[in-house]
Amino acid sequence: MTIIIQVDRLLKTYGDFKAVNEISFNVQKGEIFGFLGPNGAGKTTTIKMLTTLTRPTAGKVTLDGHDPAVNPNEARHSFGIVFQDQSLDDELTAWENMEYHGMLYAVPKPLRHQRIEELLKFVELWDRKNDFVKTFSGGMKRRLEIARGLLHHPTILFLDEPTLGLDPQTRNHIWNYVCRLSKEEGMTIFFTTHYMQEAEDNADRIAIMDHGVIVAQDTVEKLMQNTQTENLEAAFLKLTGNELREENSNHTDNMRMRRRAWTGRR
Amino acid sequence: MNAIYVMWMRQLKRYLRSKARIVGSMAQPLLFLVALGFGFGPIYAKAGGGNYIQFLTPGIIGMSIMFLAIFTGVDMIWDREFGFLKETLVAPVPRSQLVFGRMLGGATVATGQGIIVLLLSMVAGFRPVSIWQLPFAVMVMFLIALLFTAFGTAIGSVMEDIHGFQLITNFLVMPMFFLSGALFPLDNLPTFVRYVAACDPLFYGVDAMRSFLIGVAHMNVGLDIAILATISFALLGIGSWLFSRIEL
Repeated sequence: MTIIIQVDRLLKTYGDFKAVNEISFNVQKGEIFGFLGPNGAGKTTTIKMLTTLTRPTAGKVTLDGHDPAVNPNEARHSFGIVFQDQSLDDELTAWENMEYHGMLYAVPKPLRHQRIEELLKFVELWDRKNDFVKTFSGGMKRRLEIARGLLHHPTILFLDEPTLGLDPQTRNHIWNYVCRLSKEEGMTIFFTTHYMQEAEDNADRIAIMDHGVIVAQDTVEKLMQNTQTENLEAAFLKLTGNELREENSNHTDNMRMRRRAWTGRR
Repeated sequence: MNAIYVMWMRQLKRYLRSKARIVGSMAQPLLFLVALGFGFGPIYAKAGGGNYIQFLTPGIIGMSIMFLAIFTGVDMIWDREFGFLKETLVAPVPRSQLVFGRMLGGATVATGQGIIVLLLSMVAGFRPVSIWQLPFAVMVMFLIALLFTAFGTAIGSVMEDIHGFQLITNFLVMPMFFLSGALFPLDNLPTFVRYVAACDPLFYGVDAMRSFLIGVAHMNVGLDIAILATISFALLGIGSWLFSRIEL
Protein backbone atom coordinates (compact mmCIF):
# COMPACT_ATOMS: atom_id res chain seq x y z
CA MET A 1 0.00 0.00 0.00
CA THR A 2 1.20 3.49 -0.75
CA ILE A 3 0.50 6.52 1.37
CA ILE A 4 -1.29 9.19 -0.65
CA ILE A 5 -2.13 11.77 2.01
CA GLN A 6 0.44 12.38 4.68
CA VAL A 7 -0.20 14.94 7.40
CA ASP A 8 2.54 15.70 9.90
CA ARG A 9 1.97 17.89 12.98
CA LEU A 10 -0.36 20.20 11.10
CA LEU A 11 -1.15 23.39 13.02
CA LYS A 12 -3.53 26.25 12.31
CA THR A 13 -4.02 29.07 14.78
CA TYR A 14 -6.30 32.08 14.62
CA GLY A 15 -4.89 34.46 17.23
CA ASP A 16 -4.70 32.44 20.43
CA PHE A 17 -7.19 29.85 19.20
CA LYS A 18 -5.74 26.60 17.92
CA ALA A 19 -8.29 25.44 15.35
CA VAL A 20 -6.10 22.50 14.38
CA ASN A 21 -3.52 21.51 16.97
CA GLU A 22 -0.59 19.54 15.54
CA ILE A 23 -2.50 16.64 14.05
CA SER A 24 -0.83 13.79 12.16
CA PHE A 25 -2.36 11.02 10.07
CA ASN A 26 -1.91 9.05 6.86
CA VAL A 27 -4.35 7.90 4.22
CA GLN A 28 -3.55 4.96 1.92
CA LYS A 29 -4.14 5.02 -1.79
CA GLY A 30 -7.62 3.75 -2.68
CA GLU A 31 -8.82 3.97 0.89
CA ILE A 32 -12.18 5.40 1.98
CA PHE A 33 -11.23 7.51 4.94
CA GLY A 34 -13.82 8.96 7.30
CA PHE A 35 -12.94 12.14 9.15
CA LEU A 36 -15.42 12.63 11.95
CA GLY A 37 -15.92 15.06 14.76
CA PRO A 38 -18.43 17.38 16.42
CA ASN A 39 -19.11 20.86 15.03
CA GLY A 40 -16.15 23.16 15.44
CA ALA A 41 -13.68 20.30 15.90
CA GLY A 42 -11.45 21.58 13.11
CA LYS A 43 -12.45 19.23 10.29
CA THR A 44 -13.24 21.87 7.73
CA THR A 45 -10.13 23.89 8.59
CA THR A 46 -8.08 20.74 8.05
CA ILE A 47 -9.72 20.13 4.67
CA LYS A 48 -9.08 23.75 3.69
CA MET A 49 -5.40 23.29 4.42
CA LEU A 50 -5.28 20.03 2.47
CA THR A 51 -7.00 21.64 -0.52
CA THR A 52 -4.81 24.78 -0.77
CA LEU A 53 -7.52 27.19 0.40
CA THR A 54 -5.75 28.09 3.65
CA ARG A 55 -2.07 28.10 4.51
CA PRO A 56 -1.11 26.11 7.61
CA THR A 57 0.57 27.91 10.51
CA ALA A 58 3.01 25.02 10.83
CA GLY A 59 3.38 21.35 9.93
CA LYS A 60 3.62 19.51 6.67
CA VAL A 61 1.10 18.02 4.25
CA THR A 62 1.89 15.77 1.30
CA LEU A 63 -0.85 15.07 -1.25
CA ASP A 64 0.16 12.57 -3.89
CA GLY A 65 3.75 13.77 -3.52
CA HIS A 66 3.03 17.52 -3.48
CA ASP A 67 2.89 19.97 -0.61
CA PRO A 68 -0.23 22.14 -1.05
CA ALA A 69 1.46 25.03 0.78
CA VAL A 70 4.57 24.92 -1.44
CA ASN A 71 3.26 23.75 -4.82
CA PRO A 72 -0.45 24.53 -4.76
CA ASN A 73 -0.80 24.20 -8.54
CA GLU A 74 0.64 20.68 -8.63
CA ALA A 75 -1.36 19.65 -5.58
CA ARG A 76 -4.59 20.89 -7.20
CA HIS A 77 -4.10 18.42 -10.05
CA SER A 78 -4.42 15.55 -7.57
CA PHE A 79 -7.75 16.20 -5.94
CA GLY A 80 -11.37 17.15 -6.35
CA ILE A 81 -13.68 18.39 -3.64
CA VAL A 82 -17.36 18.62 -2.81
CA PHE A 83 -17.65 21.49 -0.38
CA GLN A 84 -19.73 21.58 2.75
CA ASP A 85 -21.55 24.74 1.67
CA GLN A 86 -22.71 25.83 -1.74
CA SER A 87 -20.14 26.59 -4.41
CA LEU A 88 -22.34 26.58 -7.51
CA ASP A 89 -22.94 29.61 -9.68
CA ASP A 90 -26.61 30.43 -9.19
CA GLU A 91 -26.89 32.44 -12.35
CA LEU A 92 -25.70 29.65 -14.61
CA THR A 93 -27.66 26.56 -15.61
CA ALA A 94 -26.96 23.11 -14.21
CA TRP A 95 -25.35 22.10 -17.46
CA GLU A 96 -23.15 25.19 -17.58
CA ASN A 97 -21.97 24.58 -14.03
CA MET A 98 -20.91 21.07 -15.04
CA GLU A 99 -19.43 22.15 -18.35
CA TYR A 100 -17.31 24.94 -16.85
CA HIS A 101 -16.09 22.65 -14.11
CA GLY A 102 -15.07 20.06 -16.70
CA MET A 103 -13.27 22.73 -18.70
CA LEU A 104 -11.40 24.05 -15.68
CA TYR A 105 -10.30 20.49 -14.93
CA ALA A 106 -9.37 19.91 -18.57
CA VAL A 107 -11.64 16.90 -19.11
CA PRO A 108 -11.63 16.33 -22.92
CA LYS A 109 -14.87 17.36 -24.58
CA PRO A 110 -16.36 13.99 -25.66
CA LEU A 111 -15.62 12.40 -22.28
CA ARG A 112 -16.85 15.53 -20.51
CA HIS A 113 -20.19 15.53 -22.29
CA GLN A 114 -20.61 11.81 -21.79
CA ARG A 115 -19.95 12.11 -18.06
CA ILE A 116 -22.13 15.20 -17.65
CA GLU A 117 -25.06 13.32 -19.14
CA GLU A 118 -24.35 10.23 -17.07
CA LEU A 119 -23.99 12.18 -13.82
CA LEU A 120 -26.94 14.49 -14.34
CA LYS A 121 -29.09 11.46 -15.08
CA PHE A 122 -27.63 9.77 -12.02
CA VAL A 123 -28.65 12.62 -9.70
CA GLU A 124 -31.94 12.95 -11.60
CA LEU A 125 -31.35 16.47 -12.84
CA TRP A 126 -31.03 15.68 -16.55
CA ASP A 127 -34.42 17.12 -17.47
CA ARG A 128 -33.58 20.27 -15.52
CA LYS A 129 -30.18 20.67 -17.14
CA ASN A 130 -31.01 23.97 -18.82
CA ASP A 131 -32.60 25.55 -15.76
CA PHE A 132 -30.81 28.14 -13.69
CA VAL A 133 -29.40 26.83 -10.46
CA LYS A 134 -31.14 29.63 -8.55
CA THR A 135 -34.47 27.93 -9.32
CA PHE A 136 -33.31 24.68 -7.64
CA SER A 137 -34.28 23.48 -4.18
CA GLY A 138 -31.62 22.88 -1.53
CA GLY A 139 -31.56 19.14 -2.20
CA MET A 140 -31.25 19.61 -5.95
CA LYS A 141 -28.34 22.02 -5.49
CA ARG A 142 -26.66 19.51 -3.21
CA ARG A 143 -27.08 16.74 -5.79
CA LEU A 144 -25.71 18.94 -8.54
CA GLU A 145 -22.78 19.87 -6.35
CA ILE A 146 -21.96 16.19 -5.84
CA ALA A 147 -22.38 15.39 -9.53
CA ARG A 148 -20.00 18.21 -10.38
CA GLY A 149 -17.42 16.95 -7.87
CA LEU A 150 -17.48 13.50 -9.50
CA LEU A 151 -17.01 14.82 -13.03
CA HIS A 152 -13.26 14.75 -13.36
CA HIS A 153 -12.34 11.54 -11.47
CA PRO A 154 -9.49 12.88 -9.35
CA THR A 155 -6.88 10.76 -7.58
CA ILE A 156 -8.17 12.00 -4.23
CA LEU A 157 -11.75 13.07 -3.68
CA PHE A 158 -12.61 15.21 -0.66
CA LEU A 159 -16.24 15.10 0.41
CA ASP A 160 -17.04 17.60 3.17
CA GLU A 161 -20.43 16.53 4.54
CA PRO A 162 -21.56 15.67 1.03
CA THR A 163 -24.91 14.21 1.93
CA LEU A 164 -26.02 16.87 4.41
CA GLY A 165 -29.75 17.44 4.08
CA LEU A 166 -30.38 14.64 1.58
CA ASP A 167 -32.94 11.91 2.12
CA PRO A 168 -31.76 8.36 2.91
CA GLN A 169 -32.57 7.11 -0.61
CA THR A 170 -30.38 9.72 -2.25
CA ARG A 171 -27.62 9.24 0.30
CA ASN A 172 -27.53 5.54 -0.36
CA HIS A 173 -27.57 6.06 -4.07
CA ILE A 174 -24.65 8.47 -3.90
CA TRP A 175 -22.57 6.33 -1.60
CA ASN A 176 -22.98 3.33 -3.89
CA TYR A 177 -21.65 5.41 -6.74
CA VAL A 178 -18.74 6.77 -4.71
CA CYS A 179 -17.74 3.30 -3.48
CA ARG A 180 -17.88 1.97 -7.02
CA LEU A 181 -15.64 4.78 -8.26
CA SER A 182 -13.21 4.12 -5.46
CA LYS A 183 -13.04 0.42 -6.34
CA GLU A 184 -12.96 0.75 -10.10
CA GLU A 185 -10.50 3.60 -10.34
CA GLY A 186 -8.56 3.23 -7.11
CA MET A 187 -9.78 6.67 -6.11
CA THR A 188 -9.01 7.73 -2.56
CA ILE A 189 -12.02 9.14 -0.71
CA PHE A 190 -11.60 11.49 2.22
CA PHE A 191 -14.95 12.41 3.73
CA THR A 192 -16.58 14.05 6.71
CA THR A 193 -20.13 13.42 7.85
CA HIS A 194 -22.42 13.67 10.84
CA TYR A 195 -24.31 10.54 9.79
CA MET A 196 -22.49 7.87 11.76
CA GLN A 197 -24.20 5.02 9.94
CA GLU A 198 -22.84 6.37 6.68
CA ALA A 199 -19.32 6.31 8.09
CA GLU A 200 -19.80 2.88 9.63
CA ASP A 201 -21.03 1.41 6.34
CA ASN A 202 -18.53 2.94 3.97
CA ALA A 203 -15.27 3.90 5.67
CA ASP A 204 -12.24 1.62 5.62
CA ARG A 205 -10.71 3.70 8.36
CA ILE A 206 -11.87 6.55 10.56
CA ALA A 207 -10.21 9.41 12.40
CA ILE A 208 -12.17 11.22 15.08
CA MET A 209 -11.28 14.81 15.75
CA ASP A 210 -12.29 16.97 18.71
CA HIS A 211 -11.09 20.38 19.91
CA GLY A 212 -8.45 20.51 17.19
CA VAL A 213 -6.81 17.17 17.95
CA ILE A 214 -7.34 13.62 16.71
CA VAL A 215 -8.67 11.59 19.61
CA ALA A 216 -8.78 8.23 17.84
CA GLN A 217 -8.04 6.70 14.46
CA ASP A 218 -8.68 3.13 13.44
CA THR A 219 -11.07 0.83 11.60
CA VAL A 220 -14.69 0.89 12.70
CA GLU A 221 -14.38 -2.52 14.38
CA LYS A 222 -11.33 -1.52 16.37
CA LEU A 223 -12.93 1.75 17.45
CA MET A 224 -15.96 -0.12 18.76
CA GLN A 225 -13.76 -2.72 20.40
CA ASN A 226 -11.55 -0.15 22.11
CA THR A 227 -14.50 1.83 23.44
CA GLN A 228 -16.53 -1.33 24.20
CA THR A 229 -19.51 -0.06 22.26
CA GLU A 230 -22.02 -1.62 19.89
CA ASN A 231 -21.93 0.89 17.06
CA LEU A 232 -19.95 3.82 15.74
CA GLU A 233 -22.35 6.41 17.12
CA ALA A 234 -21.86 5.16 20.65
CA ALA A 235 -18.11 4.97 20.15
CA PHE A 236 -18.14 8.52 18.79
CA LEU A 237 -20.07 9.84 21.78
CA LYS A 238 -17.81 8.03 24.20
CA LEU A 239 -14.74 9.54 22.59
CA THR A 240 -16.01 13.09 22.21
CA GLY A 241 -18.40 13.44 25.17
CA ASN A 242 -22.00 14.57 25.28
CA GLU A 243 -21.68 18.33 25.64
CA LEU A 244 -23.24 20.42 22.88
CA ARG A 245 -21.01 22.38 20.56
CA GLU A 246 -21.51 25.90 19.45
CA GLU A 247 -19.85 27.01 16.25
CA ASN A 248 -18.71 30.61 16.25
CA SER A 249 -21.32 32.80 14.61
CA ASN A 250 -20.70 32.48 10.97
CA HIS A 251 -20.08 35.57 9.00
CA THR A 252 -21.63 33.98 5.94
CA ASP A 253 -24.98 34.14 7.71
CA ASN A 254 -24.62 37.87 8.14
CA MET A 255 -23.71 38.22 4.50
CA ARG A 256 -26.74 36.25 3.35
CA MET A 257 -28.99 38.79 4.96
CA ARG A 258 -27.13 41.69 3.44
CA ARG A 259 -27.20 40.14 0.02
CA ARG A 260 -30.95 40.09 0.04
CA ALA A 261 -30.96 43.81 0.73
CA TRP A 262 -28.34 44.33 -1.97
CA THR A 263 -29.95 42.38 -4.77
CA GLY A 264 -33.26 43.92 -3.91
CA ARG A 265 -31.78 47.35 -4.41
CA ARG A 266 -30.32 46.87 -7.87
CA MET B 1 -6.30 28.97 -21.61
CA ASN B 2 -9.54 27.17 -20.79
CA ALA B 3 -9.68 29.00 -17.49
CA ILE B 4 -9.51 32.42 -19.12
CA TYR B 5 -12.31 31.46 -21.49
CA VAL B 6 -14.51 30.02 -18.74
CA MET B 7 -14.15 33.04 -16.51
CA TRP B 8 -14.67 35.45 -19.41
CA MET B 9 -17.75 33.65 -20.66
CA ARG B 10 -19.21 33.48 -17.21
CA GLN B 11 -18.93 37.25 -16.69
CA LEU B 12 -20.64 37.82 -20.02
CA LYS B 13 -23.47 35.43 -19.32
CA ARG B 14 -24.08 36.80 -15.87
CA TYR B 15 -24.31 40.33 -17.22
CA LEU B 16 -26.51 39.54 -20.21
CA ARG B 17 -28.91 37.50 -18.12
CA SER B 18 -29.50 40.08 -15.46
CA LYS B 19 -31.98 42.37 -17.15
CA ALA B 20 -32.37 44.50 -14.03
CA ARG B 21 -28.63 45.09 -13.94
CA ILE B 22 -28.53 46.07 -17.60
CA VAL B 23 -31.41 48.50 -17.31
CA GLY B 24 -29.99 49.89 -14.07
CA SER B 25 -26.55 50.48 -15.44
CA MET B 26 -27.92 52.08 -18.63
CA ALA B 27 -30.39 54.32 -16.82
CA GLN B 28 -27.80 56.23 -14.85
CA PRO B 29 -25.63 57.50 -17.72
CA LEU B 30 -28.74 58.34 -19.71
CA LEU B 31 -30.15 60.31 -16.82
CA PHE B 32 -26.92 62.26 -16.48
CA LEU B 33 -26.79 62.87 -20.18
CA VAL B 34 -30.34 64.08 -20.49
CA ALA B 35 -30.62 66.00 -17.20
CA LEU B 36 -27.23 67.65 -17.28
CA GLY B 37 -26.96 67.88 -21.05
CA PHE B 38 -30.23 69.68 -21.53
CA GLY B 39 -30.18 71.40 -18.13
CA PHE B 40 -26.73 72.97 -18.27
CA GLY B 41 -26.52 73.13 -22.05
CA PRO B 42 -27.87 76.69 -22.41
CA ILE B 43 -25.68 78.03 -19.58
CA TYR B 44 -22.63 76.33 -21.04
CA ALA B 45 -23.38 77.84 -24.45
CA LYS B 46 -23.97 81.29 -22.92
CA ALA B 47 -20.59 81.08 -21.19
CA GLY B 48 -19.00 80.58 -24.57
CA GLY B 49 -18.24 76.88 -24.12
CA GLY B 50 -20.10 75.69 -27.21
CA ASN B 51 -22.29 72.63 -27.36
CA TYR B 52 -22.47 70.97 -23.93
CA ILE B 53 -23.75 67.61 -25.17
CA GLN B 54 -20.62 67.34 -27.30
CA PHE B 55 -18.47 68.08 -24.27
CA LEU B 56 -20.43 65.90 -21.89
CA THR B 57 -20.89 62.68 -23.90
CA PRO B 58 -17.29 61.37 -23.73
CA GLY B 59 -17.33 62.08 -20.00
CA ILE B 60 -20.58 60.19 -19.47
CA ILE B 61 -19.30 57.23 -21.49
CA GLY B 62 -16.18 57.21 -19.33
CA MET B 63 -18.27 57.40 -16.18
CA SER B 64 -20.57 54.54 -17.14
CA ILE B 65 -17.59 52.36 -18.02
CA MET B 66 -15.81 53.17 -14.79
CA PHE B 67 -18.86 52.46 -12.60
CA LEU B 68 -19.68 49.16 -14.24
CA ALA B 69 -16.05 48.03 -14.38
CA ILE B 70 -15.37 48.75 -10.72
CA PHE B 71 -18.59 47.12 -9.60
CA THR B 72 -17.93 44.02 -11.71
CA GLY B 73 -14.55 43.71 -10.05
CA VAL B 74 -15.90 44.28 -6.56
CA ASP B 75 -18.70 41.78 -7.32
CA MET B 76 -16.15 39.13 -6.48
CA ILE B 77 -17.04 39.47 -2.81
CA TRP B 78 -20.36 37.78 -3.66
CA ASP B 79 -18.50 34.89 -5.24
CA ARG B 80 -16.44 34.73 -2.10
CA GLU B 81 -19.50 34.55 0.12
CA PHE B 82 -21.60 32.33 -2.10
CA GLY B 83 -18.98 29.79 -2.82
CA PHE B 84 -18.20 29.95 -6.50
CA LEU B 85 -14.83 31.53 -5.72
CA LYS B 86 -13.84 28.37 -3.80
CA GLU B 87 -14.78 26.21 -6.76
CA THR B 88 -12.42 28.18 -8.99
CA LEU B 89 -9.64 28.53 -6.41
CA VAL B 90 -9.20 24.75 -6.02
CA ALA B 91 -9.24 24.10 -9.77
CA PRO B 92 -5.93 22.95 -11.26
CA VAL B 93 -5.33 26.15 -13.21
CA PRO B 94 -3.01 29.05 -12.43
CA ARG B 95 -4.80 31.73 -10.46
CA SER B 96 -3.35 34.32 -12.79
CA GLN B 97 -5.51 32.83 -15.57
CA LEU B 98 -8.63 32.86 -13.42
CA VAL B 99 -8.20 36.48 -12.49
CA PHE B 100 -7.21 37.54 -15.98
CA GLY B 101 -10.29 35.88 -17.48
CA ARG B 102 -12.46 37.56 -14.90
CA MET B 103 -10.93 40.97 -15.63
CA LEU B 104 -11.24 40.46 -19.36
CA GLY B 105 -14.90 39.51 -18.93
CA GLY B 106 -15.64 42.57 -16.84
CA ALA B 107 -13.80 44.79 -19.30
CA THR B 108 -15.71 43.33 -22.25
CA VAL B 109 -19.05 43.94 -20.58
CA ALA B 110 -18.12 47.50 -19.60
CA THR B 111 -16.85 48.29 -23.10
CA GLY B 112 -20.07 46.96 -24.57
CA GLN B 113 -22.01 49.24 -22.30
CA GLY B 114 -19.80 52.19 -23.32
CA ILE B 115 -20.62 51.52 -26.96
CA ILE B 116 -24.34 51.41 -26.23
CA VAL B 117 -24.17 54.67 -24.28
CA LEU B 118 -22.36 56.22 -27.24
CA LEU B 119 -25.11 55.10 -29.61
CA LEU B 120 -27.82 56.36 -27.27
CA SER B 121 -26.08 59.71 -26.92
CA MET B 122 -26.15 60.05 -30.68
CA VAL B 123 -29.91 59.80 -30.43
CA ALA B 124 -29.77 62.62 -27.88
CA GLY B 125 -27.92 64.80 -30.34
CA PHE B 126 -24.26 63.91 -30.01
CA ARG B 127 -22.23 64.01 -33.25
CA PRO B 128 -18.80 62.37 -33.34
CA VAL B 129 -16.20 64.37 -35.22
CA SER B 130 -15.40 61.52 -37.58
CA ILE B 131 -16.70 57.99 -38.10
CA TRP B 132 -13.14 56.80 -38.76
CA GLN B 133 -12.03 57.77 -35.29
CA LEU B 134 -14.69 55.62 -33.60
CA PRO B 135 -12.64 52.40 -33.50
CA PHE B 136 -9.94 54.32 -31.62
CA ALA B 137 -12.53 55.63 -29.20
CA VAL B 138 -13.68 52.03 -28.59
CA MET B 139 -10.07 51.04 -27.97
CA VAL B 140 -9.80 53.77 -25.34
CA MET B 141 -13.07 52.53 -23.81
CA PHE B 142 -11.60 49.06 -23.50
CA LEU B 143 -8.48 50.44 -21.87
CA ILE B 144 -10.55 52.38 -19.33
CA ALA B 145 -12.68 49.29 -18.73
CA LEU B 146 -9.67 47.04 -18.18
CA LEU B 147 -8.06 49.56 -15.85
CA PHE B 148 -11.07 49.88 -13.61
CA THR B 149 -12.00 46.18 -13.64
CA ALA B 150 -8.47 45.46 -12.46
CA PHE B 151 -8.89 48.17 -9.86
CA GLY B 152 -12.19 46.70 -8.67
CA THR B 153 -10.74 43.19 -8.64
CA ALA B 154 -7.84 44.36 -6.50
CA ILE B 155 -10.33 45.84 -4.03
CA GLY B 156 -12.55 42.74 -4.22
CA SER B 157 -9.57 40.52 -3.41
CA VAL B 158 -8.83 42.25 -0.12
CA MET B 159 -12.37 43.17 0.91
CA GLU B 160 -13.96 40.37 2.89
CA ASP B 161 -17.49 41.69 3.02
CA ILE B 162 -19.70 44.45 1.76
CA HIS B 163 -19.12 46.87 4.68
CA GLY B 164 -16.46 48.81 2.85
CA PHE B 165 -18.51 49.19 -0.30
CA GLN B 166 -20.10 52.50 0.61
CA LEU B 167 -16.70 53.88 1.51
CA ILE B 168 -15.34 52.95 -1.88
CA THR B 169 -18.23 54.58 -3.66
CA ASN B 170 -18.03 57.82 -1.68
CA PHE B 171 -14.29 58.20 -1.30
CA LEU B 172 -12.95 56.69 -4.51
CA VAL B 173 -15.52 56.30 -7.25
CA MET B 174 -17.38 59.60 -6.94
CA PRO B 175 -14.26 61.79 -6.50
CA MET B 176 -12.66 60.09 -9.50
CA PHE B 177 -15.76 60.87 -11.50
CA PHE B 178 -15.94 64.55 -10.50
CA LEU B 179 -12.21 65.15 -10.94
CA SER B 180 -12.07 63.50 -14.33
CA GLY B 181 -13.34 66.55 -16.16
CA ALA B 182 -16.32 64.53 -17.34
CA LEU B 183 -18.82 67.20 -16.32
CA PHE B 184 -16.88 70.45 -16.50
CA PRO B 185 -13.54 71.66 -17.86
CA LEU B 186 -10.81 71.65 -15.24
CA ASP B 187 -8.93 74.61 -16.77
CA ASN B 188 -10.10 77.26 -14.39
CA LEU B 189 -10.00 75.24 -11.19
CA PRO B 190 -7.45 75.98 -8.43
CA THR B 191 -4.00 74.55 -9.13
CA PHE B 192 -4.27 72.22 -6.16
CA VAL B 193 -7.40 70.57 -7.56
CA ARG B 194 -5.72 70.18 -10.93
CA TYR B 195 -2.81 68.39 -9.31
CA VAL B 196 -5.21 65.99 -7.64
CA ALA B 197 -7.01 65.48 -10.95
CA ALA B 198 -3.69 64.56 -12.54
CA CYS B 199 -3.70 61.46 -10.29
CA ASP B 200 -7.13 60.41 -11.55
CA PRO B 201 -6.89 57.71 -14.25
CA LEU B 202 -10.34 58.59 -15.54
CA PHE B 203 -9.08 62.09 -16.36
CA TYR B 204 -6.78 60.61 -19.03
CA GLY B 205 -9.50 58.25 -20.21
CA VAL B 206 -12.02 61.03 -20.75
CA ASP B 207 -9.37 63.24 -22.35
CA ALA B 208 -8.36 60.52 -24.82
CA MET B 209 -12.00 59.86 -25.70
CA ARG B 210 -12.65 63.56 -26.29
CA SER B 211 -9.73 63.60 -28.62
CA PHE B 212 -11.18 60.77 -30.75
CA LEU B 213 -14.85 61.68 -30.42
CA ILE B 214 -14.90 65.48 -30.66
CA GLY B 215 -11.36 66.25 -31.73
CA VAL B 216 -10.61 68.48 -28.75
CA ALA B 217 -8.45 67.54 -25.77
CA HIS B 218 -6.25 68.98 -23.04
CA MET B 219 -3.34 66.74 -23.64
CA ASN B 220 -1.60 64.80 -26.31
CA VAL B 221 -3.70 61.70 -26.95
CA GLY B 222 -0.63 59.48 -27.22
CA LEU B 223 0.41 60.54 -23.75
CA ASP B 224 -3.11 59.88 -22.45
CA ILE B 225 -3.05 56.36 -23.84
CA ALA B 226 0.47 55.70 -22.59
CA ILE B 227 -0.55 56.74 -19.07
CA LEU B 228 -3.77 54.66 -19.22
CA ALA B 229 -1.88 51.62 -20.45
CA THR B 230 0.80 51.95 -17.78
CA ILE B 231 -1.75 52.24 -14.97
CA SER B 232 -3.75 49.32 -16.44
CA PHE B 233 -0.70 47.06 -16.49
CA ALA B 234 0.24 48.05 -12.97
CA LEU B 235 -3.29 47.37 -11.71
CA LEU B 236 -3.51 44.07 -13.61
CA GLY B 237 -0.34 43.04 -11.82
CA ILE B 238 -1.49 44.21 -8.41
CA GLY B 239 -4.98 42.71 -8.88
CA SER B 240 -3.55 39.33 -9.92
CA TRP B 241 -1.10 39.32 -7.06
CA LEU B 242 -3.78 40.11 -4.49
CA PHE B 243 -6.10 37.51 -6.04
CA SER B 244 -3.43 34.83 -5.93
CA ARG B 245 -3.05 35.42 -2.19
CA ILE B 246 -6.71 34.97 -1.32
CA GLU B 247 -7.29 32.55 1.55
CA LEU B 248 -10.71 31.31 2.51
